Amino acid sequence: MVSPFKKALNSGKFVITSEVAPPKGTNLDKMAHHIDLLKDKVDAMNVTDHQSSVMRFPSLGGALLVKEMGGEPILQMTCRDRNRMALEADLLFASQRGIDNVLCLTGDAVMFGDHKDAKGVFDLDSSQLVAAIRRLEKGEDLGGNKVDGNISFCAGAIVTPEANPLEPQLIKFEKKIDAGAEFIQTQAVYDLDNFKGFMDYARQFPVKVLAGIILLTSAPMARFMNKNVAGVNVPQALIDEMASAPKGHALTKGIEIAGRMVKRVREEKMCDGVHIMAIGKEELVPEIMAAAGLG
Amino acid sequence: MIRSITQQKPEEELDQLLDGLGRIFVIGCGTCTTLTRTGGAPEVAKMAQRLSEKGKIITGHVVAPVACDNLTRDALAEYGDQMDQADVLLIMTCAFGVQNIARQLKKLVAPALDTLFMGQETSAGEFNESCTQCGTCILGETGGICPVTSCHKGLVNGPCGGTNNGKCEIDNNKECAWTLIYDRLKDLNRLDAMRKLQKPRNHQGELSPGKFKL
Repeated sequence: MVSPFKKALNSGKFVITSEVAPPKGTNLDKMAHHIDLLKDKVDAMNVTDHQSSVMRFPSLGGALLVKEMGGEPILQMTCRDRNRMALEADLLFASQRGIDNVLCLTGDAVMFGDHKDAKGVFDLDSSQLVAAIRRLEKGEDLGGNKVDGNISFCAGAIVTPEANPLEPQLIKFEKKIDAGAEFIQTQAVYDLDNFKGFMDYARQFPVKVLAGIILLTSAPMARFMNKNVAGVNVPQALIDEMASAPKGHALTKGIEIAGRMVKRVREEKMCDGVHIMAIGKEELVPEIMAAAGLG
Repeated sequence: MIRSITQQKPEEELDQLLDGLGRIFVIGCGTCTTLTRTGGAPEVAKMAQRLSEKGKIITGHVVAPVACDNLTRDALAEYGDQMDQADVLLIMTCAFGVQNIARQLKKLVAPALDTLFMGQETSAGEFNESCTQCGTCILGETGGICPVTSCHKGLVNGPCGGTNNGKCEIDNNKECAWTLIYDRLKDLNRLDAMRKLQKPRNHQGELSPGKFKL
């Protein structure tokens, strides 16, 4: 069965995905609220997997909740915490429970999170995880053993268009596509002229690209990302614009900027859609969409 | 030259390790830990003095020529009485030396150092980990730079998203292995090697613990 997200990707429409983050604990109220708010507005929502290496309710459980609530989940899977056996097993479970979209990630280093002494696994990397999915679909696991039952995923991966140096990143991007990635969600892009340059290159490949849009919440937050998040580059003009917002209105300015970027990506048909990351403020995604003239 | 790279344990941990052990004999090593200044003559003397000030009785101290050598017992023979008087041998060598001394002398040992990695001296006083002895060498496909060791995540298919201006996301004093590999392969006109999708690694190349018999 083709997932609704895959249908959207192949429909030629401007696809919108967003995120929901499982909580630290078992109280899923806030996450459920976000799902409720977003499920009819976006084409799919990523369920993050211990993001920033912080232990949380699992992405698989979060994706099930999205599904149960009538939304379309994209299961994020990192290679940091599980070896190939555990990843394959979780894929079997996801498939059996109708979670049909997977985003394959390497995962942040353990030391950034809240279990700093834990072992980072990285038995597979993101491109090998994509390949493992395609192999399972053919009825075979990574040990070369037969796997019973139908398996079919819409599998994707990520790219960092602002990485420096860029070419090693692009080689890996191409390997992910070779391995079978059907869609790519990018790391946050802010300089859309640069992004257009990336898309001039990326368009030659048979893959759908969703531009990553991270909501800026303040000028210091933008500066923090420039300093601390690899491959994210907020141009000075945008930082100045954030700083120019009247006191207490930075978030409104951030929503306006994110909306403006989504609108431009869409109007100039830069790529196949956007992936909006509001990092804990998912309830603002509808406002960003409204600012972009969508929904 | 390969060196065993060590650093001294935090003093608090050392104090816990030596709790209840009043008489101590301290052993350093004349090779690696002398070079890295973690267990040479000055460090051994300093340790003996510190413990002495804390009320421990130092029955003696010595720097073994090569602590991991089979002849270490013979080399330390003249200190037999001083060692016998001690409750514990505090050893300022790498873990190879600690285990060798424990096996040869059959005395209670306490390591004063943590052994970090097998390091290669790449410039004066700078040591880098370049091989983890994984048993499944892929250097032929990576321009002679090991990503299993030099990439924090041991990735074999290219950089992660944390690569940052040629540095690693975990520490900007550490190089991104995949930037190095890319540069090397580009210079060699062999970037095609990087484009090949590498299969998942065999993590059981040598079943741990390793053993070799001639």
